[in-house]
Amino acid sequence: MPLPTLARYLAVLGALAVALAFSGCSSAPLTRVKPWERGTLADVSMDPNRDPLGTAMLDHVYFSREAASGGTGVGGAGCGCN
Amino acid sequence: MWPRLETSRLPRTCLLAALALASAHSVCAAVAVGDAFPDMALANLAGPLPATAGNVALVDFWASWCAPCKASFPAYGRLNAAYAAQGLVIVAVSVDQDPAAYAIFVKRYGPPFFVTRDADQKLVAAVDIPTMPTSYLIDRKGKVRFLHTGFHGDATEAELRHEIETLLAEKAS
Repeated sequence: MPLPTLARYLAVLGALAVALAFSGCSSAPLTRVKPWERGTLADVSMDPNRDPLGTAMLDHVYFSREAASGGTGVGGAGCGCN
Repeated sequence: MWPRLETSRLPRTCLLAALALASAHSVCAAVAVGDAFPDMALANLAGPLPATAGNVALVDFWASWCAPCKASFPAYGRLNAAYAAQGLVIVAVSVDQDPAAYAIFVKRYGPPFFVTRDADQKLVAAVDIPTMPTSYLIDRKGKVRFLHTGFHGDATEAELRHEIETLLAEKAS
């Protein structure tokens, strides 16, 4: 019994999606920075926290005022080594 | 609304999708254990390369901006001192794009083994290393036998010693 046209299309599109997903190249629209291309990211000028002491003091102020700490952000720059 | 799709073409389309999958895998394949290491002579590396044919080679990809790479150099120096006479050749390939940063690093650490720079990043792209640093231990026949992602201090050095001794004990033919 022949499949409906829409179902056949979906089957073909599904097969192509699976092929792309398992190809390792499925992130075509994304530009992934390779490990050897992270020299600029590893530069100190890319670090969003240029004043660690000042940041620590500000954290202390917030902690004293609001009795809470943390949640000030996630990692920034770096080479992502190891 | 939906144009008709010939049922007879469905297997052919699926076959084409499978071929696309296979070719995409081959394009993205990184050098792994058991593979032949790419010919470094074709990579336009700086300076004359040491002879690795018939020797055990340790090819390490490093950069001046990579902190674990700095920790690895003294360890490679010790391995070089211990095993170079027995046939170990260490080739440390920098992926630095800044020649000045490369030169400063080499001057500061003064490695006793061979260092070079992959200025075009052709070799490292062909090998497709998973992280920085990554080292490949290649046997006398030119096959990658061990792969180390990152450098984890004494643990990595101890593993390398064991593996190098294993490969040095093997005969070339």
